Amino acid sequence: MILTILAATPIAGALILALLPRGRTDHLRAKVVALGVALITLALSLVVLARYEPTSGGYQMTEEHSWIEAFGAHYSVGVNGIAITLILLTTILVPIVILASFDDRLPDPRGTNAYFAWMLAVEGLAIGAFAATDAFLFYILFEATLIPLYFLIGSFGGPNRSYAAVKFLIYNLVGGLLMLAAIVGLYVVSSRQGDASFLLTDLQDLEFSQTTERLLFLGFMAAFAIKAPLWPLHTWLPDAAGQATPGTSVLMVSVVDKIGTFGMITWCLNLFPEAADWASPVIITLAVVSIVYGALLAIGQDDIRRLIAFTSVSHFGFIILGIFAFTTTSMAGSTLYMFNHGLSTAALFLVTGVMISRRGSARIDDFGGVQKIAPILSGVFLIAGLSSLSLPGLAPFVSEFLVLAGTFTVSIPAAAVATLGIVLAALYILIMYQRTMTGPLAPGAEGVTELRPREIAALTPAIMLIIGLGFFPQPVLNAINPAVETVVSHIGKTDPTPKTPTPIDAPAAEEGGH
Amino acid sequence: MLDLQWLLIAIPLASGALLLVWGKESDRFGHLIGTAASAASFVLGAIMFAELLGENAEERSHAVSLFTWIDAGRFHVEMTFVFDQLSALFVLLITGVGTLIHVYSIGYMAHDERRRRFFAFLNIFIAAMLTLVLAGDYLVLFLGWEGVGLASYLLIGFWQHKPSAAAAAKKAFVVNRVGDLGMALAIMLMFAQFGTSAIEAVNAAAPGATDTVTTSLGLLLLLGACGKSAQVPLQSWLLDAMEGPTPVSALIHAATMVTAGVYLVVRSNAIFDASEVARNAVIVVGLVTLLAGAWIGCAKDDIKKALAGSTMSQIGYMMLAAGLGPAGYAFAIFHLITHGFFKANMFLGAGSVMHGMDDDVDMRHYGGLRSMMPVTFATFGLGYLAIIGVPPFAGFWSKDKIIEAAFGQNFWVGLGALLGAGVTAFYMTRLMIMTFLSEKRWREEVHPHESPRVMTWPLIALAALSAVGGILLLGDWVSEWLEPVVGHAEHHELAVPAIVLTLIITLVVAVGVVAAVVFYRREPIAAETPSSVSIFARAGRHELYGNELNEAVVVRPTRHLTRFLVWLDGKGIDGFVTGVADRLGDTSQFLRKPQTGLVRSYALTMFGGVAIIILCLLAVTLA
Repeated sequence: MILTILAATPIAGALILALLPRGRTDHLRAKVVALGVALITLALSLVVLARYEPTSGGYQMTEEHSWIEAFGAHYSVGVNGIAITLILLTTILVPIVILASFDDRLPDPRGTNAYFAWMLAVEGLAIGAFAATDAFLFYILFEATLIPLYFLIGSFGGPNRSYAAVKFLIYNLVGGLLMLAAIVGLYVVSSRQGDASFLLTDLQDLEFSQTTERLLFLGFMAAFAIKAPLWPLHTWLPDAAGQATPGTSVLMVSVVDKIGTFGMITWCLNLFPEAADWASPVIITLAVVSIVYGALLAIGQDDIRRLIAFTSVSHFGFIILGIFAFTTTSMAGSTLYMFNHGLSTAALFLVTGVMISRRGSARIDDFGGVQKIAPILSGVFLIAGLSSLSLPGLAPFVSEFLVLAGTFTVSIPAAAVATLGIVLAALYILIMYQRTMTGPLAPGAEGVTELRPREIAALTPAIMLIIGLGFFPQPVLNAINPAVETVVSHIGKTDPTPKTPTPIDAPAAEEGGH
Repeated sequence: MLDLQWLLIAIPLASGALLLVWGKESDRFGHLIGTAASAASFVLGAIMFAELLGENAEERSHAVSLFTWIDAGRFHVEMTFVFDQLSALFVLLITGVGTLIHVYSIGYMAHDERRRRFFAFLNIFIAAMLTLVLAGDYLVLFLGWEGVGLASYLLIGFWQHKPSAAAAAKKAFVVNRVGDLGMALAIMLMFAQFGTSAIEAVNAAAPGATDTVTTSLGLLLLLGACGKSAQVPLQSWLLDAMEGPTPVSALIHAATMVTAGVYLVVRSNAIFDASEVARNAVIVVGLVTLLAGAWIGCAKDDIKKALAGSTMSQIGYMMLAAGLGPAGYAFAIFHLITHGFFKANMFLGAGSVMHGMDDDVDMRHYGGLRSMMPVTFATFGLGYLAIIGVPPFAGFWSKDKIIEAAFGQNFWVGLGALLGAGVTAFYMTRLMIMTFLSEKRWREEVHPHESPRVMTWPLIALAALSAVGGILLLGDWVSEWLEPVVGHAEHHELAVPAIVLTLIITLVVAVGVVAAVVFYRREPIAAETPSSVSIFARAGRHELYGNELNEAVVVRPTRHLTRFLVWLDGKGIDGFVTGVADRLGDTSQFLRKPQTGLVRSYALTMFGGVAIIILCLLAVTLA
């Protein structure tokens, strides 16, 4: 029950907010209610975490009810180490986002209730998608996240918001349709081999012909590759992020896009292991292209929000690379990367959101010398930026290095080209920092004042986690490892062994680590 | 006490963090906290060193694992710190020189409103540098490696309002990242090959690996070393880095951080022992940088940049020595330590001069400062004697050994190193003459004066170390001390007795000094940089066109590629997507046209359709 309650709480909160009478002037009541609901959800997720036993692995706190018997759909939820990591990411980020969005200047202030209600709706649906262990339920929730995001972009974004929202919606619907076709295909295969079922455990036992498996895999993969933008299916993201409010961008990139990479592991690899293996060379290539391409495009942007969107294209490339390298090291790295990227991108979008809102422009050239008048703001911006370029000591480094080190054991060229990303990342972050923060104060940038206490309160948890997980990633990895090992052995892969193992009894040689 | 190495790091780290988050009220005493933290680390390090001295040679390596940093799949990294003979020397150098520079900075940065933050960054640097040298795992070393890079970035760009400082900081970080590429790949290769990145385990496994593996590892580590130690071809950031406050140049860009590359090679000695190709590459890099740095040092009028060229060159000596294998490792470290003394001494001396000259760095505006700044002059003079290698000062002992070992390896390598010694004497003499001797060429508004005591005391301490640092070599102490870490050094037989070689080296140095005296005392030094100079001087001033080369080969092509890709992304990829959407719209418009709502047109269409079907059926049956 606890998972259902966890997902239902923000949905209920969204409904309450929608029914709440509009405030007259400052809409404070709606904001406080939204924050309260998000904090209750966070508390509930910590209860889930406390009940979760990382050592035993597998799906826990499961719940299963027959839903639509006609085609074997179940309401079935449960969490393994990967799902709980991403649920925690969601419940941690949403209160941060809501607190940071208190002063967002909306096109129509009367929409404040709806703005925060849609945010809570995203949270509930995302938690549901991460917890779903039935393919049909997952599909419904995965697609349902489009609705609140469509309204968040289309109603509350910048001047070009309608175009960006429609593009976002159509792009993602196309992927969703292909996945729907694959869902129907699954039903056909499943009903021919006994009673139709969409349960993950049942689907894993299905026998596919080679062609069927590949086609169904591609249907799922297309939807996920658009969502977690994989080159060349990424072009909706910069437009959407360029128009959305910072809070919406965080929900979109840090949370909802993770359903894409999460889906690749949980659905693509578990259901279609052989097809995934067959497609992996192409996907690895596209992932490496994403890494380099996203980074180069980020260097060339003039708009801060589009720049961050392209850095995410690069980072998603790392995540997908680690998944399809099929080693426990790289896949654990990818899962951790999803969490860390969520944090670092959130910090980056939110702190630049403050700058952009005060300056009234997102153009990099409209800033300059801000460090002088807003040292705390620039310090937070620098830490968020350094985490984006994977500086050791900050959380994303650990995950990025795990991805690269794991990939290196199976493909040296892929790892070597991907490693170029660390040089390019330094360029896109430090050029942006140099142009916005250093030098003499740019005319017009005088209004970019220091962070206010509420903004500091919103950003501090993210920054603390980014630093803390840089040195102590192990609590998260302990949860991830068993789940990832299950997936890797399910697809029939074993990690390559060292060619000339060290004669010294190093810790790595010990069974099970420590 | 020998398991307290984590505390060496924790003290300055905690102090740095405290100074960053503590508010304005700590402005009055923040610098004292920072200095005390560095000093506490030094005292602890000295006690630990004394304890280490009392132990048997074989038992002097003390590893402590604090916690498991990363454990995922096969990848396992412990947060291990090793206090052994090699790291102990570095701990003393880093915290010792570091503390003196903290003290000096109290005076140097007295009028800077962000002094507290400066000390926070210095503390973070000390912590990161200690992490680098104490690390028991290459990934932990990489943590320190990037940590010092961050501190370097923050401190080069400390005066961020100057666009040149901000640009230099970024350049240093980015060029270093190119080196980090090598480091990162080396660690991945270790993991794939040996299943671990623990330094001891990797060094134990290296002799059993194939040549391809050890050579690749050696070259990748060398790439990392080139970035951090400003060796050719990744040297271009160091001269720009002089934009940072002078204590930073002394601590980070002369005495400690830039020598990390040498440390890396020496620490990875088993890998380099196993690969002759990698060793030779180290020698070539060292030799080329040694000469290039000296060349640049001869041509620069900016006192800090002249010294920076000299730093490049001296690190080239260390690299060269490290590339000689067991014959040179100990000498590389020995020269690294003496260089840490005398170069920190001279950089702080240059800072003292700048302090008295209203932050002017152009030596053509100096001259005759000997009498105005007697303490600075005297201490700088000792550093000068040490670096050019006048007996019995520190540099004489350490450089002499390297040149000797280089001749033992190969005549031409030795000759290059010998030539470098002569050029060193030339450019340092030029610097002394232009700054302290010769006639005064001060700007009118400048009133040179000696620096306050808080700045001169560190100078005196470092000058004393520059003078007597050579005693470390007494009875081959350094070589024996480091032997358990770097292996036994076999002595090459030289064609001539060592004493003759020493005389030759001293003679070459004397020639360099005399040449500079003749050249710069012959006629008064111009207060403006002369424009009509030889092609050699011009190349030196342009840092041998390294920046122009980078610009042409890397920066401009990347910029063009980026622009092209931005265009392609909008017009090509997204253009295709929006194009499909537009075509769909057009098609819909087209398909809409027949839907006229007129029954007669629908009837006509039906008739046409039936006719086509019948024709097709006929065609099939008749065929």
